[in-house]
Amino acid sequence: MRPILRKLSRDLPAMLGLAIVVFVLLLAIFGPLIAPYPEDAASSHLTRRLRPPSADYLFGTDNLGRDIFSRVILGARGALSIALTVVTVAMLIGVPLGLVAGFRRGWLSETIMRVTDVVLAIPQLVLALALAQLMSPSLETAMLALSLTYWPFFTRIVYAETRRLSASMFVDALRGVGAGTGRIVFLHILPNSISPVIVRATIGLGFTILVAAVLGFLGMGATPPAPDWGLTIAESRVYLPKAWWYVTFPGLAILITVMGFNLLGDGLRDLVDPRIRRSR
Amino acid sequence: MMKLLSVQGLKVSIRTDEGIAQVLDDVGLDLERGRILGVVGESGCGKSTLIRAIMGILPRAATVEQGEIWFEGENLLVFSEAELARGVRSSRIGFIPQDPLLALNPVFKIGSQLLEIMRWHAPHDQSQGSGRGAERRKRHVARLVGLLKRLQVPDPETALERYPHQFSGGQRQRLLIAAALACSPQLLIADEPTTALDVTTQHQILLLLRELVGEFGVSLLFVTHDFGVVAELCDDLCVIYAGQTVEAGTVRSILDAPAHPYTRALLACHPDRATSFRGIPGSVPSPLAPPPGCRFAPRCGDARAVCTEGAPPQARSTSGAEVRCVQFA
Amino acid sequence: MTAILSLRDVSVKLGGSTGFLRKSIAPVQAVRGVSLDLHEGEILSLVGESGCGKTTLGRTILGLQRESAGEIFLDGKPVGDLPPEAARGARRAIQYVHQDAGAALDPWWSIGRTLAEGLLIHGMRDRAERRKRVDAMLSAVGLEPAWGRRYPHEFSGGQLRRVALARILLLQPRILILDEPTSGLDMSVQATVLNLLLDLRKQFSLTYLFISHDLSVVERLSDRVAIMYLGRIVETAPARQLFAAPAHPYTRTLLAAAPRLTGRRASDHGSVRGDPPSPALVAPGCAFADRCPIAEASCRDEVPALRPVAPAHDVACRRVPVEQIASLRARRRA
Repeated sequence: MRPILRKLSRDLPAMLGLAIVVFVLLLAIFGPLIAPYPEDAASSHLTRRLRPPSADYLFGTDNLGRDIFSRVILGARGALSIALTVVTVAMLIGVPLGLVAGFRRGWLSETIMRVTDVVLAIPQLVLALALAQLMSPSLETAMLALSLTYWPFFTRIVYAETRRLSASMFVDALRGVGAGTGRIVFLHILPNSISPVIVRATIGLGFTILVAAVLGFLGMGATPPAPDWGLTIAESRVYLPKAWWYVTFPGLAILITVMGFNLLGDGLRDLVDPRIRRSR
Repeated sequence: MMKLLSVQGLKVSIRTDEGIAQVLDDVGLDLERGRILGVVGESGCGKSTLIRAIMGILPRAATVEQGEIWFEGENLLVFSEAELARGVRSSRIGFIPQDPLLALNPVFKIGSQLLEIMRWHAPHDQSQGSGRGAERRKRHVARLVGLLKRLQVPDPETALERYPHQFSGGQRQRLLIAAALACSPQLLIADEPTTALDVTTQHQILLLLRELVGEFGVSLLFVTHDFGVVAELCDDLCVIYAGQTVEAGTVRSILDAPAHPYTRALLACHPDRATSFRGIPGSVPSPLAPPPGCRFAPRCGDARAVCTEGAPPQARSTSGAEVRCVQFA
Repeated sequence: MTAILSLRDVSVKLGGSTGFLRKSIAPVQAVRGVSLDLHEGEILSLVGESGCGKTTLGRTILGLQRESAGEIFLDGKPVGDLPPEAARGARRAIQYVHQDAGAALDPWWSIGRTLAEGLLIHGMRDRAERRKRVDAMLSAVGLEPAWGRRYPHEFSGGQLRRVALARILLLQPRILILDEPTSGLDMSVQATVLNLLLDLRKQFSLTYLFISHDLSVVERLSDRVAIMYLGRIVETAPARQLFAAPAHPYTRTLLAAAPRLTGRRASDHGSVRGDPPSPALVAPGCAFADRCPIAEASCRDEVPALRPVAPAHDVACRRVPVEQIASLRARRRA
């Protein structure tokens, strides 16, 4: 663990990404305690509408007089929980499929991989919109759509790793020692294939936040009065260009958060590159 | 007989994550024209760093702190990268790497790879005045086919149109030898060229190298950890331990009467000489924390106090080999 | 001497996979009609170059590769014709040491855990007991028990070989198949490993099947030697006999080619023609005929069988009994 952290610490962009991610995570956890006006998640103060940034309201107020600074902070929780849910569900579907497909050649493996190819071809947004039509547009629908289109990425990665590892010498040695299939796959192959999965999951978190924001912007995700970043940007459109603060700060929040996850993911990817993986 | 290559007092350090590694500390060797010099040492002794220093391809984190590398009377260490690339590598010093599979680009035909080397480094062809690309290419192809024929690569004419994976391991090694010889260098450096080969193939390549030294007038610097190969191929021998040359001389003199305690211990480990299997007690020191003075002293049965005080003196053994050991001073 | 392992006419076909949605690959006959006896307590070396099938034969004996023909007996009981998992169960007494010891260890598991795993798989549920056995075995192979907590990348090549040995010795095998145990090792480390192997053989009453191409080591270490060429055994003899009076032309080529520290030079003898053959294309008759210095037309008629030319010395060559048997006898008398 220590040499890994040391190498990561030398990668400045990755450290920046890590800092951002940790910061956003803290915001998500402690949001209601940090935000100056936590009640502004829901309540409105029509007397304070559309005030520009000031000492009292750091990011200004929106069209319902709510403090944008507080809503941006509170929005972090929503963004991260969507992202974590989607990526977790995608992993829970994708990783086992990849293990099964990669371990033994056969019709099951082929079928899984072809289904994966098909699902990969489906654009996430289009599926989300279609599902929103079928069911009611909501956060849950958005999360379902995103999970159903993201799991193939994990399957592909785990498939490649499992195939590589099943032919490796230590799996061969395990068979020689008498280990059964279950032990080999879950106790040995799975831990060894986790690294690229974590990289993909990190980048996926950022990506999901972005897509969720787009869905919120289109009205297909979070519903008012949730302090969702994408939703806020959608609401802010009519008040441009005068109330520039309304759109800018949520936008910056999305930008910085996604960038943070991407930088961290890139840094992790450099770390787990097979050339560096074995330190000998 | 002038020495073709002479390395003297070479000291190289490399910056690593864990500190500065004194990889080479006073390494010297001499190679006469027309002879084969074997450089023997175990892993971590600095053989690869030595070769890289001679070729001028040390990693960026490496610093040559001291020493000279004399090649045909010139000190290679003062050459610029451009001078080395254009005027020394391939054209005057050829390199045969260890693993042919890794050294050849799998997506290009052999012909284009070998011709590229010749195009880059053929000054004597340019001096003949013919600037026409096509004619020069024809000359190069003819030369290559001739080389491949001499190296017994099957179907040399069509070989140039094939890809690396279509050749066997032994054939690929011959291709690399052809690449090294293409521009008629004076010196060939071979880095464990036969380690990955079968026994019979290895024998063929060793015989081939011996013949080439005679026919083409090149001298060969052969790096290996296999004493058997050295015994059968090389004329002279240089033994390196932990970045220090410990013994140098003719193969016969050193194998018949090894002088330095490390050489004696190492030869005693070889199955053909071992009375019982026993390694050398202790382990190779890390270049990050090298012992002072003679680096073999901590493991040497004959070590004395003076061994750790300063660099071991240069001396001669009874068989005439150069030994760096206080016992012979 | 009792034969604890016997092979009768074992052949192994590799590849040849067909199936729905898959490309068909032509099968390759890697091992052809090998018969072999391994006697208790001896070291038998299997020597050959790439393509000779020695690794495949080793894996077939182990059980991870299923033979396509022939019989395998362990202690006189038939254990052949089984799929890999069942074969490993029936042949628990046989264990395999990989050529690349480090690659045979899961990089994410500490070596202590890896060593204990074998015991766990074979039914030892008590963790404390496992721990005790692992610590004892680590000491037995010359490593500190405390190092059980370390990971493979923290060890040197020679140490990893010890770990690999410890791992299989914990399973109390009787036969060890050692695949190139000294390749890639420095000479001083090699000597230590060989010393360890000899000690362990005595300590644990083991029998070794030694797969190697390093003739210096083979000569010093083995009791008997079997030479393989293109899937067949072409000569078997006690080690001293084989090196003093090799009979098969391929053996003599091999011995002439191997670099030794005996004062001779590479140029003292010519080299064999061509490259080691590929098992995918095999000519009829004796597989060595096209490179053999004493081959005749009749060598291509049929595959020569292993025939004794001296006590315990078998050779598969039509030309040998005629030419060399007389000189062999003469040499031994001298």
